[in-house]
Amino acid sequence: MIHELVVLSGKGGTGKTSITASLAVLAENPVMADCDVDAADLHLLLEPDIQEKENFTAGKKAFIHPGLCTSCGTCNLYCRFDAIDDYYIVNQLSCEGCGLCAVVCPAGAVEMRDHVSGAWFVSSTGEGAMVHAKLGIAEGNSGKLVTLIKKKAHEIAEQNGNRLIIVDGSPGIGCPVIATLSGASSVLIVTEPTVAGIHDLERVYRVAERFRPGIYVCINKADINPEKTAEIGRFCADRNIPVVGEIPHDGEVSRAIVAGRPLVSVSTGPAAQAIKTMWQKLSRLINKEE
Amino acid sequence: MNIAIASGKGGTGKTTFAVSLASFLSREKTVALLDGDVEAPNSNLFLKVPVAECEQVSVPVPAVIDDRCTGCGACEDFCEFSAIVVIKGKPLVLPEMCHSCGGCLVVCPEKALHEVPRPIGVIETGERDNILYAGGVLNIGEPMAPPLIKELKKYHYIPDIRILDCPPGTSCPVIEAARGCDYLLLVTESSPFGLNDLKLAVGMARELSLPFGVALNRADDSFRGVEEFCSAENIPLVARIPFDLEVAGTYSRGEMPFILKKYPDQLESIMKDINLRNRRSLHL
Repeated sequence: MIHELVVLSGKGGTGKTSITASLAVLAENPVMADCDVDAADLHLLLEPDIQEKENFTAGKKAFIHPGLCTSCGTCNLYCRFDAIDDYYIVNQLSCEGCGLCAVVCPAGAVEMRDHVSGAWFVSSTGEGAMVHAKLGIAEGNSGKLVTLIKKKAHEIAEQNGNRLIIVDGSPGIGCPVIATLSGASSVLIVTEPTVAGIHDLERVYRVAERFRPGIYVCINKADINPEKTAEIGRFCADRNIPVVGEIPHDGEVSRAIVAGRPLVSVSTGPAAQAIKTMWQKLSRLINKEE
Repeated sequence: MNIAIASGKGGTGKTTFAVSLASFLSREKTVALLDGDVEAPNSNLFLKVPVAECEQVSVPVPAVIDDRCTGCGACEDFCEFSAIVVIKGKPLVLPEMCHSCGGCLVVCPEKALHEVPRPIGVIETGERDNILYAGGVLNIGEPMAPPLIKELKKYHYIPDIRILDCPPGTSCPVIEAARGCDYLLLVTESSPFGLNDLKLAVGMARELSLPFGVALNRADDSFRGVEEFCSAENIPLVARIPFDLEVAGTYSRGEMPFILKKYPDQLESIMKDINLRNRRSLHL
């Protein structure tokens, strides 16, 4: 049985990627998956050596052949995304690829073309295999790309007998997060003791619980506001969510990011110690779950 | 004038700059603040504008008129988003997958589909002092943020200045938020993550042909990568705020002024660049 541990936060910038990279070092033989596809950063810490690269083709975009178009305006009339301008040129950013213009065009001037919206990679790292991606700038379909990365990570884990997949998620609670949660065995929510951190913790928790994984919370920079840390503790206690770690603010964290290494590989400071303690606790709980 | 505040990376300080800039400007005139980070809307945690109204936002999705449907499957064949599947001769609509293009209604030969509204979130509005607030809140479990952001942008057109707090990332939700703005402020931080994601955000700004500047938050001299990138790319670094425990403290407690009190010169510098670039560009 492969266990899939997903790291989420709701609010951005709470420390998902830094913690994920350290967990990659601490866990025994994991497969890594970076599902924060529109601002992927895990590769900056795990030094992936790309072994396999493939284009990510999802959806289509309309193309209007100027020679065939009679400027009748039918496509414009039907398109709900304002994607066709007055000169019958399709705005690639607005086109959702629904294909309605191609259906209604009386001149047959619209061609629906496959659209490459990014690329994904399988890499080797010192910590094990890693699946990651680069979504093209201003592209959609992040949910589909997330699903693809997770599927690939599972294939690798099955082939090589890895028992754990660690997934770095994206901020927010929308499409990519929902795709990340689908199939997750457990979720580690990394939060911070700020009003915004707590607000977004609650939102991502409410989305996560719908998928019924094991849910755990880790409070990063716990010492910057002890009152808010206590408030997070109460929030979790009320809902029976184990708080598996409180990580103190530690200058070593940003030094490790600048050095491009996972914190626990380069530091024995208080934050690194706290992450190690957290992993002991979390891995025990995860094992018990199975 | 529409000022959008974005960042590739989350947690760099978008909301901090959005609410600080709004209060700074509200001393002299009425400003609107729109919270477009509908998945994790935080700006009103600081502004604390009392919410006077809450409007539900829906998107149209198809519904089947049973006695007309022959189960021909034209709707399923058309739908690019797999939002309709025909099972045992009956179409089943999967509303979360639907992009509301309306195409299935057009292709149905029996006119057996009509549209019903599906709520995706709310827009909260209110005002206090000189700030008009409108914030989108996406429903829990709802995957699609862009239609709610699109709706939000229709609010509060009266003030001269509208500030839009955008979601993080560089994909469809932030594109929906930032497109059409007169100036894009990209907030980043002094770290390789901040730099990597700033490069993506700059790519997005260029793709959208928007005038933009960079605000460096939690600036730290031990990593100069952001400054070097901006200077090499000729990008104006319009504000620089050092890591400051006082700022972090007020932020964690949800108190207002943060950088407002301590670094008003940085906010002035942002406004100066906005004014300069808008005179130069064709927007005004």
